[in-house]
Amino acid sequence: MTADTTTANTAPESVAQRISTLRRLARNPQAVITASTLMVIVVAGLLASVISSHGPSHASLDAINAGIGTDGYPLGADKDGRDILALLLHSINTSVVTALIGTGLALAVGVPAGLIGGYFGSRVRAATEWLFNLIMTFPGLLLLIVLMPVTKGDFRATMALFGVLLAPNVFRIVRNQVLGVKNELYVDAARVSGLPDRRILARHVLFAVRGPVVIASAFLAGTSISVQAGLAFLGVGNSEVPSFGAMIHSGFANLYVAPSQFAIPSLLLGIITASLVLFGNALRDTLEGSPRKPQPIVTPTPRAATGTSERAEGLLVVEDLAISYESPDGKPNEVVRGSGFTVQAGETLGLVGESGSGKTQTAFAVLGVLPPAARVTRGSVRLDGRELLGLPDREMRKIRGRTIAYVPQEPMSNLDPSLTVGAQLATSIRAVEPMPRAEARQRVLPLLGQVGIPDPERVAGSYPHQISGGMAQRVLIAGAVAGRPHVLIADEPTTALDVTVQAEILDLLHDLRKRLNMAVVLVTHNFGMVADFCDRVAVMRQGEVVETGTTTETFDAPRHEYTRMLLDSILDDTTTRSDAPPRADAPPLVDGPQHTDAPIGGKRTS
Amino acid sequence: MISYALRRLAAGLVLALLVSVITFWLLSYSFESVVASLLGSGATDAEVQARMTDMGMDRPVLAQYADWLGAALTGDLGDSYFTNEPVIGALTDRLGVTLSVVVTALLITAVVSVLLGVTAATRGGGADRAAQGISLVGYLVPSLLLAIGLVYVFAIKLKWLPATGFTPLSENPGKWAQSIVIPVAALMIAGIATLTAQVRGAMIDELRKDYVRTLRTRGLSPRRIVLRHVLRNAAGPALTVLSLEFLTMLGGSLVIENVFALPGFGSFAFNASLQGDIPVIMGVMILAVLMVIVVNLAVDLMNGWLNPKARVR
Repeated sequence: MTADTTTANTAPESVAQRISTLRRLARNPQAVITASTLMVIVVAGLLASVISSHGPSHASLDAINAGIGTDGYPLGADKDGRDILALLLHSINTSVVTALIGTGLALAVGVPAGLIGGYFGSRVRAATEWLFNLIMTFPGLLLLIVLMPVTKGDFRATMALFGVLLAPNVFRIVRNQVLGVKNELYVDAARVSGLPDRRILARHVLFAVRGPVVIASAFLAGTSISVQAGLAFLGVGNSEVPSFGAMIHSGFANLYVAPSQFAIPSLLLGIITASLVLFGNALRDTLEGSPRKPQPIVTPTPRAATGTSERAEGLLVVEDLAISYESPDGKPNEVVRGSGFTVQAGETLGLVGESGSGKTQTAFAVLGVLPPAARVTRGSVRLDGRELLGLPDREMRKIRGRTIAYVPQEPMSNLDPSLTVGAQLATSIRAVEPMPRAEARQRVLPLLGQVGIPDPERVAGSYPHQISGGMAQRVLIAGAVAGRPHVLIADEPTTALDVTVQAEILDLLHDLRKRLNMAVVLVTHNFGMVADFCDRVAVMRQGEVVETGTTTETFDAPRHEYTRMLLDSILDDTTTRSDAPPRADAPPLVDGPQHTDAPIGGKRTS
Repeated sequence: MISYALRRLAAGLVLALLVSVITFWLLSYSFESVVASLLGSGATDAEVQARMTDMGMDRPVLAQYADWLGAALTGDLGDSYFTNEPVIGALTDRLGVTLSVVVTALLITAVVSVLLGVTAATRGGGADRAAQGISLVGYLVPSLLLAIGLVYVFAIKLKWLPATGFTPLSENPGKWAQSIVIPVAALMIAGIATLTAQVRGAMIDELRKDYVRTLRTRGLSPRRIVLRHVLRNAAGPALTVLSLEFLTMLGGSLVIENVFALPGFGSFAFNASLQGDIPVIMGVMILAVLMVIVVNLAVDLMNGWLNPKARVR
């Protein structure tokens, strides 16, 4: 639902796609307006000697401080009697040359270095990285100024130097892109087919990284132009060269006499740099998809639930729940439509279905932690008879962790990487029961012991990256049961783990359930696990619960076609826990005849 | 942690050495013209050559560099060619002015950007649009134009603030603050634009992570989640950008100090390079690089404190 659009499109595009990129760009008003503004300005600069009758350095005593609209001086003349229009047009040319040199050198140095640094081994990468970090440490503008004795004030030499100083920006972009595409299949294929590295870099990799480089170029051009203007304003370089900076400087000195002498070049400089930045932004939006939107941390309060005629009784009751997301074209896209189940105190319910059937969305809705883009459109979630949908977040916070708790699927990404396990658990303990931090820390060790961690002290002092996946899952379970909840929602709690660890975690959940007398909702795609663990089953398909019943009933006599199909597919499910023998009435866990149809020879590719 | 800090410091010193070598080598191409301008326009080629021999400039560049380095390590950066004052004293006198502007601008940039970026990422909607608008304006307006615009409005038109000049903090804190308001504002606008975008992006990425949702299911308030967990994880990349911003501001202070006639490091460096005052130029570069190293080290240490994985690297 939140696919990262910036990395999705890394494969080389066909010519047809490239044309469609241009067409998309042509449909973006920001791109069209800024690009044509820039085009008009550049063309005006090229036609400078045609448009204006005076040369840029032609000074006439009669024309000193001539006003706008004076005959032969449409924009007036400056304090030396030079034609402002002519100066302006020739300054455009200086800026174009500036942008070309600055950007060109940054690309000429940064792109090859980025390709090499990203493509070859770690030693080459470290060396190039070190070199460009060195360049980045140079205080750029300072260097340009102190090297004036070397560049002799020629703005072209200065901008060439500046281009080298800009190169680390390009280097980083290219290197990161190359690291991203290096192991793509098509690059692998080219390597396997014996293409030399040089050709792979030039044809395949460079092709894939050009988008971000083009975008960066627009920004680099803008930076070059404003830096050159700043330097010329200071008086670095030959004052004979017409430039915006020099014009602004002379206009600034003459601000009280003729403000337009200052305002006109400032305005044009502002228009040029702003157009470049805005064009770069438009380019980025077109090539990389629209910019990331923030996701407010709190889900908007869902609309009050619609009443239902018969009220089911139970500790946790979910009825006719529907969740929809707004799709890009603005139409609501219903991902859950009619989910419902009942859990009694101390009971275990398996919420089963294939991925994408809406199990996890249902679980998030119960906890009130759906992403902000989601809307609960109808239904009811009741805990001990109290309606949870429509409760403000402040109220839901008192329920989360204390009455309903949650164990996630992927243990590593669900721990904060920067805090020790002990600190994170202490936070969770204090969230359900306010107490001094020191006291919470003391409670962490027994809590870790409770989830079967043999050396709680070491684990409490470890960071998440220092412990194993199974250990991390125990830590998450510890965090969930810290508030002694009545209902525990475990979302595929073993899927990300090794088979041997899966069994241990399941046993732990089993044990905790009995000890704390919790009801458990086990979200899973694995019927084997349901058979071992659950009293009742709710089967979900495409956002709907299609069948509910006791586990025995459902396994013995599935009523719905889909349930039957899922049960049959246990045959293929090799991830079923392996520690316990399968139920006597379940099909044996052997490879079915389907597998013999697989093309065995196809696996031998090397 | 200490060995981590020492390693970073050693790497920084190697970097400083390299920067000074490269600068010296680049400058060596201008020695002849510098000596020529030192002697005035009437000097003949022979006189220039004789003077260069006098100053030891006929020797290999590396030998000259070794001399400079040897003296520099004892704290002697030589004397200015033109004023004959010791470079080190002249530089430290002016450094206070520059640092009071740059450090103030950097601190305000950090605070404002974090506030704007975090608000934009956690609230979304109007707050987000406002932060992005501010950021865009900062990108669009060249800081030179901004500086001049601020002087025009606040110093010339409204006469609220002095247009130029500097009052030391020790002399009169009120006047000091007045004298740096416009330079600081001009320096920090572009920094705020860059850093706000960075903080916002990092926060958005971080808020999408699974652990944020899991913390919510534990009953933590959004405020606690943001302040204790998300901000800490998003701070690393933002700190790196902040250290680059310091570099940019140090460069920007060159322009700003000239516009506002501040007697700082930047205007000093500018005049030295116009004249080709090699000892001053070398001193300016080495001092600037040392400042950059200190800031980078501070950022590295903060990163190490924030991110346990960075400590082992």
